[in-house]
Amino acid sequence: MTPWDQEPLLKVEHLTMRFGGLVAINDLSFSAGRNDITAMIGPNGAGKTTVFNCITGFYKPTEGMITLTHEDGEKYYLERLDDHRIASETNVARTFQNIRLFGGMSVLENLLVAQHHKLMKASLFTVGGILGLNSYRLAEEEAIELSRFWLDKVGLESRADDTSADLPYGAQRRLEIARAMCSKPCLLCLDEPAAGLNPRETQELNELLLEIREEQKIAILLIEHDMGVVMGISDHIIVLDYGEKISDGTPEHVRNDPAVIAAYLGVEDDEVDQVEAEVAS
Amino acid sequence: MEYFLQQLINGVTLGSIYGLIAIGYTMVYGIIGMINFAHGDIFMVGTFIALITFIGLVSIGVTFIPLALMLVLIISMVLTAAWGWTVERLAYRPLRESFRLAPLITAIGMSIALQNFVQISQGARVKPLQPVITGGYEIMEKDGFIVNLSNIQIMIVVVTVALMIIFSLIISRTALGRSQRACEQDRVMASLVGVNVDRTISLTFVMGAALAAVAGLMFLLYYGVIDFYIGFVAGIKAFTAAVLGGIGSLPGAMLGGMIIGLIETFWSAYFSIEYKDVAAFSVLVLVLIFLPSGLLGRPEIEKV
Repeated sequence: MTPWDQEPLLKVEHLTMRFGGLVAINDLSFSAGRNDITAMIGPNGAGKTTVFNCITGFYKPTEGMITLTHEDGEKYYLERLDDHRIASETNVARTFQNIRLFGGMSVLENLLVAQHHKLMKASLFTVGGILGLNSYRLAEEEAIELSRFWLDKVGLESRADDTSADLPYGAQRRLEIARAMCSKPCLLCLDEPAAGLNPRETQELNELLLEIREEQKIAILLIEHDMGVVMGISDHIIVLDYGEKISDGTPEHVRNDPAVIAAYLGVEDDEVDQVEAEVAS
Repeated sequence: MEYFLQQLINGVTLGSIYGLIAIGYTMVYGIIGMINFAHGDIFMVGTFIALITFIGLVSIGVTFIPLALMLVLIISMVLTAAWGWTVERLAYRPLRESFRLAPLITAIGMSIALQNFVQISQGARVKPLQPVITGGYEIMEKDGFIVNLSNIQIMIVVVTVALMIIFSLIISRTALGRSQRACEQDRVMASLVGVNVDRTISLTFVMGAALAAVAGLMFLLYYGVIDFYIGFVAGIKAFTAAVLGGIGSLPGAMLGGMIIGLIETFWSAYFSIEYKDVAAFSVLVLVLIFLPSGLLGRPEIEKV
């Protein structure tokens, strides 16, 4: 019994996703620990982003069950919920491989949209907002304060009022993470956060993620190709290939797994046994 | 000069009504990129609801005019908003993931359905309302020509400006407005940060219809006659106004409404009243040729 299987935050069981005849994910099961950084790696087209899309409600899985258990024991079955409810009620946040900010809105507004649910309630669905109710004003101030906190964390405090599309690439990536964090998630799903970053920015990203995990006590689920990031910060790695899980364990375990080496180096199926034998010896 | 001033006052009044309707077009286009051709008929339904409510209130003894008008305004805003919500729920939401032309076609269908519904249920004849708000000010007199500024004109412009300010504040300051703008830019992402996209779109229709109801009441009070067909021409004019101002832009819709109202009034005053619609629609043609993104609209940049 590995540590992440005991009371996991996220438990994916027998997840299968088919698009017509194409099987993107086939019978995938894994768990993500409550305060772990879990990385999902695998060659291009292995189905990593599809797993994310199923977790965040963007796709409805063909088969399988995705259970999220909050700290208070409340269970949510994510495959049954609409995507906005997954974000606002179960507190799962995500970022995208290709950045998806609200480009025409200011940096601060991007972070406020992520707190929409809370503000809508406080404003009594806008009626109170128009009347200038005190509770709404307080909620709004609180939201701005939280936004400022995260802007400060990702080093964008001086650019709060700039249009987000005008930010440089690395800053947009950090803003996306800040936006996800503003919804106070218990699970943060990051789809290739280091893509397109230079080595220094990648290093900063590593530190940021470790800091988030340490201070916010949340779980991070990560898709990444940059092995420096993956091996450097993850507690638990899941390797996918052609929609199936081929390895699952600590970085140490995965690094030495013959199946992983075979998938990455690309050997023929009938050679796998041979490679395994070689690695084992 | 006096004649010009009088026409200016008339034009601004008419423009305010067009502007209020145009906001409904522009907001819906902004958020889901669709032209809601039934919006003009929602406005028409609004005029009927206002008329029926007014008569009803008077018949139960509410004869204090300011109170009656206030009640009519609130009731017709609520009821017309419910119509707008229903139209969206029935005719547009099921087609949201369909091809682009599908909601446009149902919108035209919805427009015809609303017209016929009102024609059958209320009759095809014009419905008159006696002038409710009378009086006004003579602001100038020269050679026997009197420039009039009537109370109803003042009320129309004041209400329009007030509503414009309130709605601009909702869009720019409140959580609802922020989520509307977020949906406008990336509906999927908005949903993933927890915005209920369907509800936000419904509320956009509700807001548009509520403004159309206000325009409907103003129209009823100003002209005093309505029939089931007024929504068509008023709707197309307001649509022209929205395109002229730059569709998707709230101040643009107001500006466009004013310009269309002024063009129509001045054309009727100085050239020929028969061709006033031709003048207004020629503007649409010219704008589409020379300024496709409108006066205040953002040009669409296609990324490659």
